Amino acid sequence: MTEQTSPLMIGGHSFTSRLLLGTGKFADADTMVRAVQASGAQIVTVALRRFDRDRPHDNLLEPLLAMKHITLMPNTSGACTAAEAVRAAHIARELCGSSFIKVEIHPNPHHLMPDPIETFEAARILVRDGFIVMPYMPADPVLAKRLEEIGCASVMPLGSAIGSGQGLATADLLRLIIRDARIPVIVDAGLRSPSHAAAAMEMGCSAVLVNTAIAVAGDPPAMAEAFAQAIQAGYKACHAGIMATGEASATSPLTAFLEPTKQNP
Amino acid sequence: MHIHVNGESYETKAVCIADLLRERHADSARVAVVLNDSVLPSATRANTRLTEGDRVELLTFAGGG
Repeated sequence: MTEQTSPLMIGGHSFTSRLLLGTGKFADADTMVRAVQASGAQIVTVALRRFDRDRPHDNLLEPLLAMKHITLMPNTSGACTAAEAVRAAHIARELCGSSFIKVEIHPNPHHLMPDPIETFEAARILVRDGFIVMPYMPADPVLAKRLEEIGCASVMPLGSAIGSGQGLATADLLRLIIRDARIPVIVDAGLRSPSHAAAAMEMGCSAVLVNTAIAVAGDPPAMAEAFAQAIQAGYKACHAGIMATGEASATSPLTAFLEPTKQNP
Repeated sequence: MHIHVNGESYETKAVCIADLLRERHADSARVAVVLNDSVLPSATRANTRLTEGDRVELLTFAGGG
């Protein structure tokens, strides 16, 4: 199998799609389902919330479980501490049976930046408890290495703040993470358009997690497909060997055949 | 009996957790139960009796990224 077609391996599981899709902010469950189908995503995130009998239509689980090829990756959003995230992970596993967990601990609703200390502690405990741990994290190469060392299945550094659409503001740090990582690096958060996703893949990311950019698009299924294509293009480009940048260098011969020829007297 | 459900004060006739889920019209397969900060395995809902002052959280999945 060539590099271009090798599957994404996470926690011993194999995936062909390198687009992970979040399910927040969609106008309705039907649009979400059509976007998941159009994206080809095999890993889909969901969040926990309190059951409200007056909002049964909010239940996304039914249509998601009907798609047999989907792996659910619940997140621990809402948790402000490691202890809360660990409890959320166990609740999520009780609900869906999936051991995949996106550790997501952001105590400040203003900037939504992940807490590195609580994230590390939660990841350590959840690895011990047998979860496939995928931490959402600041784009910090030291933290990424530490999370790898304790047994996380991937690291998911942010491109920019959740929902901000500011793209790969952390590009230089992402490159450092990718250079040393031996587990998949998945850019999670901040991507606005397919070109951001392509750029992340060209950089050497293993996958990309997108939610807002697809959910709030005018046509979410079409945008989901566009992201999927951009990710494939970026991945292929990365492994095809991208040229180095440098000085101007002509691609066509520069022989001066259009110049007036000098007439001999 | 007086208990707390999802952070709110609640008067119930339920004897066990399974009764409470029926009383709250919760689809048993789609709701996780946390009883006094511990995740309750679904197999034990019918034999887990409620006691006065219990704190019960009923949780489900919603959209999220």
